[in-house]
Amino acid sequence: MMEIKRKHRPPARFITTQFNSVLGWARKYSLFQYPFITACCGMEYMSTACAHFDLDRFGAGWTRFSPRQADMLLVVGTVTQKLAPVLRTVYEQMTDPKWVVAFGTCTVSGGIYDNYAVVQGIDLVIPVDIYIPGCPPRPETVLDGLLKLQEKIQHQEQDWRWKKRKS
Amino acid sequence: MPTRIEKEARPETMLLNMGPSHPAMHGTIRIMLELDGERVLNSEVEVGYLHRGFEKTCENRTYFNLLIYTDRLNYVSPLINNLGYAMAIEKMLGVEVPERAQYIRVIMSELSRISDHLTCLAAMAMESGAFTVFLYKMKAREFLWDVIEQTTGARMTTSYIRVGGVRADLHPEFETALKKAVVETRKVLKDVHGLLDKNKIFINRTRDIAVMSPEDAVAFGWTGPCLRSTGVYYDVRKAHPYLTYNSLDFEVPLGERGDNFDRYMVRMKEMEQSLRIVEQGAGRIRRTPAGVLAQAVDPATAIRTSRRQKIKGGVKLSPTLEGAEKDKYKDILSADKGYVVPPKDDVYTTMEGLINHFKFFMKGVGIRPPKGEVYFSVEGGNGELGYYIVSDGTDRPYRLHLRAPCFHIVAALEQLIKGRYVADVIPTFGSMNMIGGELDR
Amino acid sequence: MEETKILDLLKEKFPGEVKEVLTSLGDEVVIIDKKALLSLVTYLKNKPCEYTMLLDLSCVDYLGENPRFEMVYHLFSLPRNRRLRIKARLGEDDLRISSLTGLWKNANWLEREVFDMFGVHFEGHPDLRRIFMYDCFEGYPLRKDYPLRKRQPCIKFRE
Repeated sequence: MMEIKRKHRPPARFITTQFNSVLGWARKYSLFQYPFITACCGMEYMSTACAHFDLDRFGAGWTRFSPRQADMLLVVGTVTQKLAPVLRTVYEQMTDPKWVVAFGTCTVSGGIYDNYAVVQGIDLVIPVDIYIPGCPPRPETVLDGLLKLQEKIQHQEQDWRWKKRKS
Repeated sequence: MPTRIEKEARPETMLLNMGPSHPAMHGTIRIMLELDGERVLNSEVEVGYLHRGFEKTCENRTYFNLLIYTDRLNYVSPLINNLGYAMAIEKMLGVEVPERAQYIRVIMSELSRISDHLTCLAAMAMESGAFTVFLYKMKAREFLWDVIEQTTGARMTTSYIRVGGVRADLHPEFETALKKAVVETRKVLKDVHGLLDKNKIFINRTRDIAVMSPEDAVAFGWTGPCLRSTGVYYDVRKAHPYLTYNSLDFEVPLGERGDNFDRYMVRMKEMEQSLRIVEQGAGRIRRTPAGVLAQAVDPATAIRTSRRQKIKGGVKLSPTLEGAEKDKYKDILSADKGYVVPPKDDVYTTMEGLINHFKFFMKGVGIRPPKGEVYFSVEGGNGELGYYIVSDGTDRPYRLHLRAPCFHIVAALEQLIKGRYVADVIPTFGSMNMIGGELDR
Repeated sequence: MEETKILDLLKEKFPGEVKEVLTSLGDEVVIIDKKALLSLVTYLKNKPCEYTMLLDLSCVDYLGENPRFEMVYHLFSLPRNRRLRIKARLGEDDLRISSLTGLWKNANWLEREVFDMFGVHFEGHPDLRRIFMYDCFEGYPLRKDYPLRKRQPCIKFRE
């Protein structure tokens, strides 16, 4: 966490620093997710989103099934070679700021499927912010990953000025 | 890529793509519709977005290793896939499973089946707009998954049912957890019946929509709840009984018209019957005493001592091996030594146990069925789940083919939605219970 | 009608084409010549045999043997509750067999799957194209000579 603070420290001017943190606070507690669900991890995603292990209490409750309206792309489940162009299109359709969470081992590294049909990790297709391992990850792991994403959002340099943040 | 519908479409109609990533959380499937206003004139279904190369992978893994791949096929009812695979191999080997393991298998399969139907109907209701039903059913599913986790160690992808029996015995507190799960599920089912059965909106969206005739259903190779909703009586548990199903008392509900509402109703009634089976099965298993070995030693001491003398008392195993102790073995796994993992007490302390352990897991040795082929099917959540295994005498299958029930059911989707509205596509597709892992393998 | 009687009936009706009739682990198996497939299956579908449902259709690749491929059909009779397995061999140089889409509707997708995975052509199929793999994929994945890890990505990967 200290490394994150040092790398992404905003320029040393008081008002912009405070504005940055306020923007970070607002963004991290109002994540609109786009769950790109493909496979078994989707079942654990449904469990995490529902009453037992609630995602809503972290501000990430509402799913927006349109890439234009969402800011967090949650890739859940195996991504095959046939699906990779679709994933790339969806990612490019999303507007900045956007974050990508790789949910499940299949998205992190291809998982138990090392064959002709599966992409070995979605970071070959799109840039990823948080990796959540597990096959499928327990809901507590998912919530931990979400908390880490929120920390990352809080401490990164928010692109509220004209110049864009280099991704 | 030019698809069939693009070539056939008339110039005055609109092509709409319900793409691979869509909110009807069934996974990834692409439905292309040719629309005239809201009416669907023609459609094309494209599958294969979750083709993970299961059958090819199976040719490169030993029989024991590929058990984990079977979990991820129909991922809402993973224990039934495990069961089908294990029983297909047992048929080839001619292995007898002890009675207690059979009852445990039946209880676990039925719990899986209930969670499969819960998920299917929850998704169908949520997409039709009834979000409360989704939340209620997920709550019930959590209680069931708590029971499964307590016994098998994992909530979803369990790899619990193995060749020769099951991996571990039931937890001593199994009865209380199961009772709670059954009570909660019954409450939820009663609530959902009250919310949806006579609900005018739900009935308008599902009654007489996507009607399938029995002859067509058989021509398409439909099995399972979708076939039974058209009125054809075929359930693998009754037609070719396996495990202890012929000694358990349950009914098989049938529908009349074969529309979406019947498919919903058949699944709701089947859940009630599965709860009956679970209660009967749990009643027939005798209670396990909470075994605590007074003189148990930890593995390191056991290994050292066993070099000089035989160990009295047992070996204190780690918590992950709970339920798989040596004295439980005769109840849960078959006595055939070649096909099961030997108990850890033996592996740590005797030479034969160690050798059996190595021989089981080593490549080239292990489960080696004789040359031949077998087809075995079980009643999965969607219908007849069949495994066709060709063995060439080595420790890897030569060919493993899965008869996926929802492949045949989704093949009929184009016919069912023709002439209907776009809004009818969603409950129709939801009532078919398409599971991507099974459809695309 | 008992299963063994069906097998004997088949042997009588199609003497040249039925090569072998056997029971393996409780399943009845008929091994036939591929040219007789359509006539045999049409006969089985109607009364008195009444095999009304096509359960499954797949292919096995016996690399090294000639003929190399073997088509396996599983039929099921709902009224009599019995299954039957039909096997037919195909040589590598002549990978054609007649399609069953006229008799059963699910044969459409099942045959597309076999075509996609093995390259078997089905004569009479209305729309034979790939179903699981994407169009720019070359080769037939489930054949024994296709390596497991040979990937053909259809978009350019990062890194």
